[in-house]
Amino acid sequence: MKPSLFEYAAPRKLDEAVALLAGDPSAMVLAGGQSLVPALNLRLAAPGRLVDIQHVEGLHALSVANGWISVGAMVRHRTLELSPEVQRANPLIRAAMAHVAHIPIRTRGTVVGSLCHADAAAEMPMLLVLMDGSVVAQGPQGRREIAADAFFQFHLTTARAPDEIVVEARFPVLPPGTGWAFEEFARRRGDYALAAVGALIRRRRGGPHAVALAACGIASRPVRLRLAEKILAENDFSEAALHAAAEAARDSVTAPDDAHATTAYRRHLLAGLLRRAVAAALSRAQ
Amino acid sequence: MSRGKIRRPLPEVSADPRIAVSLTVNGEALTREVSVRTLLSDFLRHELGLTGTHVGCEHGVCGACTVMIDGVAARSCLTLAMQASGCRVRTIESVAAEDGTLHPLQEAFRDCHALQCGYCTPGFIMNILSHFESGEPVDLSEEGIRDVLSGNLCRCTGYQGIVAAYRQAAARLALR
Repeated sequence: MKPSLFEYAAPRKLDEAVALLAGDPSAMVLAGGQSLVPALNLRLAAPGRLVDIQHVEGLHALSVANGWISVGAMVRHRTLELSPEVQRANPLIRAAMAHVAHIPIRTRGTVVGSLCHADAAAEMPMLLVLMDGSVVAQGPQGRREIAADAFFQFHLTTARAPDEIVVEARFPVLPPGTGWAFEEFARRRGDYALAAVGALIRRRRGGPHAVALAACGIASRPVRLRLAEKILAENDFSEAALHAAAEAARDSVTAPDDAHATTAYRRHLLAGLLRRAVAAALSRAQ
Repeated sequence: MSRGKIRRPLPEVSADPRIAVSLTVNGEALTREVSVRTLLSDFLRHELGLTGTHVGCEHGVCGACTVMIDGVAARSCLTLAMQASGCRVRTIESVAAEDGTLHPLQEAFRDCHALQCGYCTPGFIMNILSHFESGEPVDLSEEGIRDVLSGNLCRCTGYQGIVAAYRQAAARLALR
């Protein structure tokens, strides 16, 4: 259980880091290492070069401005989770992050690292999709912003090019009065979700309401539950609408049977979690 | 068949790139030259002889290797030694006083039968200690304690004693 051979570099400048990454097609970015180092130990990953970005200038900033929470590539999970400013701007983030692994992992792991790892059952990618956030990637050709929906392509697969470093993630500040909820089912605390649902609800007089629902653990990437959103937005959260939305969400489950759960069980879980999440979000919406 | 192909013998000395790492361990500043792929857990055990940090699963699940890096609990098996360069690392060896007097948390573990084989204990102690020393409010509800403990596995005790030890130590250290 030791990593295979690699070359190690710890640049101070972002353009050096990008050049080092571009210089070896098998190179990988090391940030907090809480997903990559286990993969190295198990030799599931065997990069020729590791580009450690912990000393790169300008990647440690966490700020809330102009309606966006901007999370630099070296911001650890725990920093985002405990930030009072972030809690005021978007309380769903802290609620969801309690489910991300364990505290000693969150003290080292980075938010952007989790997004780039893109596990289909992970909480942070689902939050970015739920909130229509984005990431900013820097490559030899320059900088580009990638919307969450386009970023997550498949389990462990993103739109990041091999020579790009994601330097920042952007989560929106929630509009006042937004109800929020995060409901997860995992076999043990800190595990990846068997299924989880995030919900954001803003009531509008006369409707349709603004409803966002997303799930993880149920498909090859985090997904928005668009049909359920539409049903709830147009039908004022009646019991019949809730039932219809939960039923509609079942079809989003495409994960095959595995050692932990069958597809049918995940469908059952998703429907239940959706109802709980919507109820909790409604109780917080004004 | 490629499976049966006879390979060249492996080199007897590893061709690993080596690099100097400077850090502070238990208050002592030191520099060592290590292979770049050395995990912090192996660095502590093999380079420094600090074998109190135990290695269980080596992929971040069990928590036995938990140490403090710059005051916060972290998995030493999920950290390359190079990632800790310039950091203050604290291990279980620093917890009891020089004369062997146990820390109140260690005493509580003994008093409450919170260990049996002891393999997981250093990880539990470092994790709980970092929480006690974080300055964040200490939640002494069953739920709050179990949330902190959830990152460490114990295969002997069933956790009841560990929860009790957590409470006893928090009371003795007047934490709330």
